[in-house]
Amino acid sequence: MIVARTGNEAMAEAMRQINPDVVAAYPITPATEVVQLFSKFVHDGQVDTQFVPAESEHSAISACVGASSTGARVMTSTASQGIALMHEILFIASGLRLPIVICLVNRALSSPINIHCDHSDSLASRDSGWIQIFTENTQEAYDTTIIAVKVAEAASLPAMVTTDGFIISHGMERVELVDDEAVPKFLGERKIQHSLLDVDNPKTFGALDLQDYFFEHKRSEIDAMDHVLPIIEKVQDEYGKLSGRHYPLVDEYRMDDAEVAILCMGSTGGTGKVAVERLREQGKKVGLVRCRVYRPFPKEAMVAALAKAKVVGVLDRSDTMSTLGGHLYNDARSILYDSDMRPHLKNYVYGLGGRDISIEDIESIYKELFAIQKTGKVDKDIVYFGVRGE
Amino acid sequence: MFRYEYYLRNKHFPHIWCTGCGCGIILKSLLRAIDRSALSKDEIALISGIGCSSRTPGYVDFNTLHTTHGRALAFATGLKLAKPDLKVIVVSGDGDATAIGGNHFIHTARRNIDITAIIYNNHIYGMTGGQASPTTPLGKRGSTAPYGSIEPDFDISGLAIAAGASFVARSTCYHAVQLDKFIEKGLSKKGFSLIEVLSPCPTYYSRPNRLGTAVDMMRWYKENSIPFARAKDMSAEERRDKVITGILHDIERPEFCEEYKRLTERVKGT
Repeated sequence: MIVARTGNEAMAEAMRQINPDVVAAYPITPATEVVQLFSKFVHDGQVDTQFVPAESEHSAISACVGASSTGARVMTSTASQGIALMHEILFIASGLRLPIVICLVNRALSSPINIHCDHSDSLASRDSGWIQIFTENTQEAYDTTIIAVKVAEAASLPAMVTTDGFIISHGMERVELVDDEAVPKFLGERKIQHSLLDVDNPKTFGALDLQDYFFEHKRSEIDAMDHVLPIIEKVQDEYGKLSGRHYPLVDEYRMDDAEVAILCMGSTGGTGKVAVERLREQGKKVGLVRCRVYRPFPKEAMVAALAKAKVVGVLDRSDTMSTLGGHLYNDARSILYDSDMRPHLKNYVYGLGGRDISIEDIESIYKELFAIQKTGKVDKDIVYFGVRGE
Repeated sequence: MFRYEYYLRNKHFPHIWCTGCGCGIILKSLLRAIDRSALSKDEIALISGIGCSSRTPGYVDFNTLHTTHGRALAFATGLKLAKPDLKVIVVSGDGDATAIGGNHFIHTARRNIDITAIIYNNHIYGMTGGQASPTTPLGKRGSTAPYGSIEPDFDISGLAIAAGASFVARSTCYHAVQLDKFIEKGLSKKGFSLIEVLSPCPTYYSRPNRLGTAVDMMRWYKENSIPFARAKDMSAEERRDKVITGILHDIERPEFCEEYKRLTERVKGT
């Protein structure tokens, strides 16, 4: 079925079709709509979900952890300060290996207070042991919400699917929905090894674990993360057969003969692709790489993609506040260290707090990248693009 | 002569509040009370969390701090301890103060620290689109409770009294003159003073609950408010669905900053 939906509506629609057992949530701009629309589905009997309107995000994700440890399929949605307040419990969810799925709408973290998009919120939770997938548009947000549930349950790890606040969350686009009956069939029942509700075999979750076994448990969690990429590829392949939409780990656009490229995440991928088309019309060999799966980081696929270009501009909608630039830039530099096909890298930190980036902006970045290709030198490796006084 | 403009950051107007919202009435009442208290602008620190009420500090020319959801009282506690000479005022809403910030609320009252909190109670999360809050009355609708809330609601003033506040008063946006007096009294009270103000939200509370316009809400406050002195002799049945206004609680208790000072003097032997 083809419909017009905003990113939030599309994610709520996906949740309706997924029909989770429990959703616990707390309102926060710009993610509120996802669960609010979902609460209507609950009240109208379109889903069988137990809906818990909690008194804070900390309580919401805690309720999710409790529910998930019984074997329930559990989802929630939040943004910015909400995911920051959940931070403590994010590690509990991944440590207990609970496949909770969060629809995360990217919004800048305070202070100063801002409600618009950047990636500082999701990237502040980067090291919490959650799978992170960044989407480019409404269609992808819808599809990835369904994909993430299956991936998380297969990997026994929690996952967050992100959209860009207001840009995707409130932007209406054409979305193709999978049939209602197909989604539960695609997902199947959640299989669980240990359930809190298995009263015949009582178990303890999250018990004190000191020098004796803590490290082994953490090592097994890391090992689980190490097995996620093949799971994502398999599930994306199955979903492709179901929907006709095939998603990669790393989205390459016109990269085969590209001389210069940009690397980005989220909705900027879409803006960038239009810039690529415009420049291609002028005969310029430009390409784009979009990091779709961010955690775990798809090292091999990313090295293969970046190595095709001679110069790569890395666009980060976040800064690590370490004086080393943005998150994606640091990842890209790290994975390319051992490669003998190292392109020149330049970091463009852009769009903090929702400052817009236009097609023309990206065209101007490509122009700079061509200049680097010509001289073979990056004069300044980290720049703050589109900010006053730069 | 009293002029609102003197206390406002006039360049930040027009404000963001909806037509008929009570936030502006409370803001003006606060300014009148401050003026009567003869406090200078620099002596005042106005602190807020997140929500419609929490936009207040942006509009006033005091020392102001706009913090995170629910935490205004925690920030204010730190500020008051560091600068006990400042008059610290917190503005907050029902969702901010009693849901996500409920823990800070009860412990600030328990410590009885010299802070004045003004809680704008509109029975709903206004800023995020009308979700039911801890003060949404049983059976009333919110966007997360389209068939009526099934959770009993909090009595904000009662909660503050039980937790240890030394001054607690309740008023409404209709009773603006009374509200001025309560805020003024709260400002002069040593210890934690709390003023709960019932405030209309025509956009997200009145509309789904078919309570009419902002004017209808004001009329409702007028007709359904009972002074505390009179309510004392009424039965629970008679008090049902009424707003009990007045100074509900006014006692003397040791204040936290003074106790803290006394402790440090005792330990240091000065």
